[in-house]
Amino acid sequence: MTRWLLWLLGGLLLGGIVHLATVLLLPRTATQDAYTRLSGTAPANSITPLPVPTPDDAPLPFMDPAFATAVCRYDLAAGPLKLRVPVSQAYTSVSFYGRTGIAYYAINDRAAGRRIIELDLMTNEQRAELPDDEEVTAADRLIVESPTPTGLILIRTFGPEPGLMPMARRALAAAQCRQQS
Amino acid sequence: MRLLIGFLFSFAVAAAFGLGLTQLALTRGTAFGAITIGAWTAWPKTGTSDIDPYARASIARSGELPMGSGDGVAFFASSDDSGRALDGRCVVTIAGTTPAARFWTLTLYDLDGRLVSNGAGRYGFTSQEIARRVDGTFEIVVAPRARPGNWLPTGGIDRYVIVLRLYDTPVGVATRTAKDAPMPAVTASGACA
Repeated sequence: MTRWLLWLLGGLLLGGIVHLATVLLLPRTATQDAYTRLSGTAPANSITPLPVPTPDDAPLPFMDPAFATAVCRYDLAAGPLKLRVPVSQAYTSVSFYGRTGIAYYAINDRAAGRRIIELDLMTNEQRAELPDDEEVTAADRLIVESPTPTGLILIRTFGPEPGLMPMARRALAAAQCRQQS
Repeated sequence: MRLLIGFLFSFAVAAAFGLGLTQLALTRGTAFGAITIGAWTAWPKTGTSDIDPYARASIARSGELPMGSGDGVAFFASSDDSGRALDGRCVVTIAGTTPAARFWTLTLYDLDGRLVSNGAGRYGFTSQEIARRVDGTFEIVVAPRARPGNWLPTGGIDRYVIVLRLYDTPVGVATRTAKDAPMPAVTASGACA
């Protein structure tokens, strides 16, 4: 009897390790994460408008139907990225996600403080290689550092009521996301 | 032989216990950094780089992109104020006020994050389209059949989640109590179809 209890105890301890290992390894092995889901429809380093979510079909779970959404799936391997988003009349936000979906930075139109949200996105290494001249430190140049070389930028504009959704979508069409030359 | 059986037994226990615990943690959600106010729960840290390993695994599995903290915060309710699970065949009212924010949206989802299908094609409200009382409070009725006022159809779905998203809001990681964030009451009236 005692022998079986010991085996059980050992099994439970091992189970705890299995639990921690699976939780920590899951993000690296997930096949249905947002980046993978969008890879088929969104080409790298350009803006792709996402379809409005419906009960039968949505590009991602838990999307807010009151927003028009576009995504820029980025790959910084060839160099930093320039993002330019003119704000809409209602509300515009830009959220940055790492490869596994971690939201590492988000900014909205009010925080940006002007009519166009302009950002440079680069990896930590690319940031470190930037020359330390005054152009880089100029206050009007907002630099965001991505923790992973690939990831997603979600650009969202608010449609306060269904009739204003076309306006929100039009505002998105002017957004740009491109590799710096 | 007995040693082998012991090992096999141990491994079986380990697999069942470990994987079961992971499954449970990822589907139920964990309490790390959660703010619970009435029926509502938010995980503001999930929208930052400080996200805990469980939330990290959970979003990787579901494919969800959590709201960035610079964007706003999302509160989830899957039961009413008395803890009963929300049932789409019953009448549920959401009434009161919301925390300070530039605007908010309220949306119904099924447990997998899909919008709740209904004949009216209405999946939620924004703060700018609901009818309010004179004192600024509001009441939204979530019910399978049409209702006067702010009616949100459930399409008779079994279980659902209400998500209240506050945009451009001071509510976040530092929020603790209902005093910082007065959330609307969620009440099931008991009237079911």
